[in-house]
Amino acid sequence: MLRRAVIDLVLVGPAALALVVFIFLPVAVVVVLSFTDYQFGATRFEWVGLGNYADLFGSRLGRNALINTLVYAAIVIPASVGLGLLVALGLHGIAHTVPRVSAVLRAVYFLPVAATLVAMAVAWQMLLHPSLGLVNQWLAGLGLPSRQWLSDRGLVLYTLAAIGVWQSVGYNMVLFLAGLAAIPPTLYDAAAVDGAEGGWSRFWVVTWPMLGPTTLFVMIVTAANAFRVFETVATMTQGGPAFASDTIVYALYREGFVYFKAGYASAITVVFFAALLLLTAIQIAVVERRVHYR
Amino acid sequence: MRPATILSLGLISLGAVIVMLPFVWMVSVSLKPREEIFTPDVFLLPRQPTLSNYWTVLTETDITFYLLNGAIVTLGILVLQIAISVPCAFALAHRRFAGRGLLFGAIVAALLVPFHVTAIPIFLGFSQIGILNTYTALIVPFVATAFGLFLLRQAFAQIPAELIDAARIDGMSEMGIAWRVAFPLGMPTVIAFAIFSVTAHWNDLFWPLIATTDPGLATPPRGILYFRDQESGDDIGPLMAGATLVTAPLILAFLLAQRRFTQGLAGAGIKR
Repeated sequence: MLRRAVIDLVLVGPAALALVVFIFLPVAVVVVLSFTDYQFGATRFEWVGLGNYADLFGSRLGRNALINTLVYAAIVIPASVGLGLLVALGLHGIAHTVPRVSAVLRAVYFLPVAATLVAMAVAWQMLLHPSLGLVNQWLAGLGLPSRQWLSDRGLVLYTLAAIGVWQSVGYNMVLFLAGLAAIPPTLYDAAAVDGAEGGWSRFWVVTWPMLGPTTLFVMIVTAANAFRVFETVATMTQGGPAFASDTIVYALYREGFVYFKAGYASAITVVFFAALLLLTAIQIAVVERRVHYR
Repeated sequence: MRPATILSLGLISLGAVIVMLPFVWMVSVSLKPREEIFTPDVFLLPRQPTLSNYWTVLTETDITFYLLNGAIVTLGILVLQIAISVPCAFALAHRRFAGRGLLFGAIVAALLVPFHVTAIPIFLGFSQIGILNTYTALIVPFVATAFGLFLLRQAFAQIPAELIDAARIDGMSEMGIAWRVAFPLGMPTVIAFAIFSVTAHWNDLFWPLIATTDPGLATPPRGILYFRDQESGDDIGPLMAGATLVTAPLILAFLLAQRRFTQGLAGAGIKR
């Protein structure tokens, strides 16, 4: 009996310990810290109750980061999910006529998912360079005015959102392709018997309802990733100009690790975590509903 | 071909050109001589391609160290993740012990916690024990992988109990069965997880930015930023060559093993 217990402990112990030390304990600590004014390096701290949360939601800077993140997500989610679906539908449709081309195109769309985002952000920065970049050159060639893509306060968040879409379309495409492959062809035959012959009616009668669970899943995954936007912000704008591209995870990084305000940064962390948990709750509700489709 | 096929092929190809644009531009600028970069008329492709930017970046910057650090950190993380996850996942799938349900529940709960949430306390703890700015600081926080444990447990649960019992009757130890029976049989899952883990940590900027201030420990994304911030804007060619070198290993691996890569990275959907 003791021998068994020792064996179990040897097998399970290291992983269980690692989970406690690096996941569960830190989550507990970050929640506790969020109610204090602790600063990295300080020897003491005071309890401030909900003060950090009041600062986050009450200050212009805090609200700005939250709103920017929501705006970013509000662009990236529909654009990336919509384009991912369109590309998947197109590739699925031509997969039988031109299989090689379809496979190459699929690989191209997936490239940004595997690429190092920081390096690609540096490449984007050059592409969007005010004078040496290709984008403004082409705009000039078309007779359009050049833009300060990353230093115009009214434009920068949209530029970052466009790059976010560029990065995530391929991932969503792959998930949609899997969803499309799972639709039984017999359903299309049945729909044809019922009079749904054309592409559109086939789409609305069979494809769209059958993709419902996939679509919701893809939306949740995209939303969770959009809320975490960090690499492009840290690389290209550092939240600027004038905090126009400040986002929640970048604010967490800046307040915590540049200004060392551990208490305040912990409150940002908790709000970020709560938003992601809410998304997961929606996801679980969606998966429950999924049963009705299959 | 039907007109509809041609139309969708055309639109998707157009989209693919836009997707490729930053890659093409990065490689193109990396092959351009200086005078083709700093010119009022910019062209997409270099007219007189040269490898001199690669020579510059390899001999005059620390890029090789960044790549080496990237390899040390990602492989260190992967090896330790697998070393502690395989026995645990095996026990969860094929042994009954007190707290098994609790542990599995904890793993599922831990799946919900993104790394960003744990960063502040881990930074505090590491600073207390004085191990910031070490390889240990870059590797150890990721050893606890709920995603790896979950995937491996699911894979090991597919192995028939009779096979495990037969190994026991043959006198193999439990640790022996975990490594010599379960691990090889679960190899496709191990590979999918390895691709996910290596990609995530090779590309990570958040934790290296926090845990290290020593350029000698910079991983590739951190290193690219050091490089970019040092130069005053006149080293664009070498910068793009560096970005290409940092991106190349994963892109090449992806092109060589597309199916496995897509599975490994798409499977990560469960994690988020």
